[in-house]
Amino acid sequence: MRNVYVLGTGMIKFGRYPEKTVPELGAEAALIALNDAGITIKDVEMFASGNLYQANAMVGQRILQQIGQTGIPVVNVANACATGSTALREAYMGVASGMYDVTMAVGVEQMGKQGLLGGGGGGTDPAYSTEGRLGSGLMPAVFGQAGVEHMRKYGTKLEHFARISVKSHKHATKNPFSQYRNEVSLEDVMNARMVAFPNTLYMCCPTGDGAAAAILVSEDKLRQLAGGRKRPKIAASVLTSDPYTDRDLTLPDVSTLTRRAAQKAYEMAGLGPKDVSLTELHDCFATAELVHYENLGLCGDGEAAKFIEEGGGQHPGLGGKSPVNVSGGLLSKGHPLGATGVANVCEVVWHLTEDERAKDRLVPNAKVGLAHVIGLGSACTINILTI
Amino acid sequence: MADEQAQAEPGPRPILPILKLQPKPHLEGVKCGSCGALFLDVKRVACSKCGTPGKLTPVPLSDKGKVWVFSVVHQSFPGIKTPYVTAIVDLPEGISVKSNLVDVDPEELQKNPQKAFGMPVELVVNPVAKDRQGNEVMAFQFRPSKN
Repeated sequence: MRNVYVLGTGMIKFGRYPEKTVPELGAEAALIALNDAGITIKDVEMFASGNLYQANAMVGQRILQQIGQTGIPVVNVANACATGSTALREAYMGVASGMYDVTMAVGVEQMGKQGLLGGGGGGTDPAYSTEGRLGSGLMPAVFGQAGVEHMRKYGTKLEHFARISVKSHKHATKNPFSQYRNEVSLEDVMNARMVAFPNTLYMCCPTGDGAAAAILVSEDKLRQLAGGRKRPKIAASVLTSDPYTDRDLTLPDVSTLTRRAAQKAYEMAGLGPKDVSLTELHDCFATAELVHYENLGLCGDGEAAKFIEEGGGQHPGLGGKSPVNVSGGLLSKGHPLGATGVANVCEVVWHLTEDERAKDRLVPNAKVGLAHVIGLGSACTINILTI
Repeated sequence: MADEQAQAEPGPRPILPILKLQPKPHLEGVKCGSCGALFLDVKRVACSKCGTPGKLTPVPLSDKGKVWVFSVVHQSFPGIKTPYVTAIVDLPEGISVKSNLVDVDPEELQKNPQKAFGMPVELVVNPVAKDRQGNEVMAFQFRPSKN
């Protein structure tokens, strides 16, 4: 396997763009990334496009129909919330394998004000719908249960989850790419409308639209194209699916596949959690972020509440340590499903390269960044980048 | 399932094939003959724990269990009454089932979640809707055990 570097990144502000199409949003991010890399679409040898809701609609080709139909191989990827990061991994494998020297990954999604995700079932007659009758498959409830499981095992309180939301909202005020940039107080979060216990409104990520792109290159191409700029290496890129665990089929187990991915990624990078300067993890709900502190090894098992109480996850500029989701995370930055896994790699790259786009929130002296995504059903990706 | 319904006599129908209404309401899973893993399916190609195909036989499941975890759903799709409690219930056979937890106070469980953990519960079956043929659709829930 060859070394793979991120030569350029592009992202549009997450939000709502009802006047635009999915390929237009993807094309905008792709052009920003190409420009950032200092190349054109003619230099790209392979393209992986991540989009979930139009998975049958050739989004990747339609992006090239906007920005340059060069006839290169295009793969369209769908993998739930891990769609974008799985596309990035396809592009990574294209370079790592030696087949291509320049590849592109784009993640894009248009959800609008879609509301609740998950649930359903029952086939053609709604009388047989199971949602609300045989429990809930809605995402706030599924991830609520993951939080309640942590309460059961370790006595974690509602306030601990709420503090994560306060932290990430504060981070988002410094990120112009974030869908929401408002601060919330602990009281605001704890007193907000309950969506599914223990997740109140501000502990749930919004739906929205967005796109992000990355250009990946081999070491030879990096020397040729980087012009002396320092570019981060993808030191590990890992994808796992849900292994058999006792309750996985009724209570989706988001922890075991994350732990496996983390172990493999740390091994592949030759690094450990203590080496990580910043983490962008999949905080679709505040409950998810809390369990992933432990799953990624940022603290020991059962220590997430203590980690939070001691400033864990907060930006060093706010007096914290082991910064998590300095972008604002999915909770504030937004979660356009297909875009998420590429956008969190963009964020990591920007800190490692002291990019202008992260100038107000840079983690000082960042050398190693970890980007994690979970797609329920389930898929987990972890990318570790180094400079 | 639609074909079965079309051919069968009018009357109550289970919401899912794993719910058996006769002789008394109970859940039925399948057990892997190779590793013993249990699944909440009527039909299944192979065991997803050990990978052995074709050795799955039906097993009746207990109507009593214990709550592992829960959530209280306050926001749902139109027509679904909230709040309600969704729970993961562990059955003594070593399998877990998801359904509504009834005859409990959702607000009280939010204040004191530990009251739910390990709570002994039992299966109840109730009609929840009428299908297009006019048959009652029966769903199962769990309630705190009465004995």
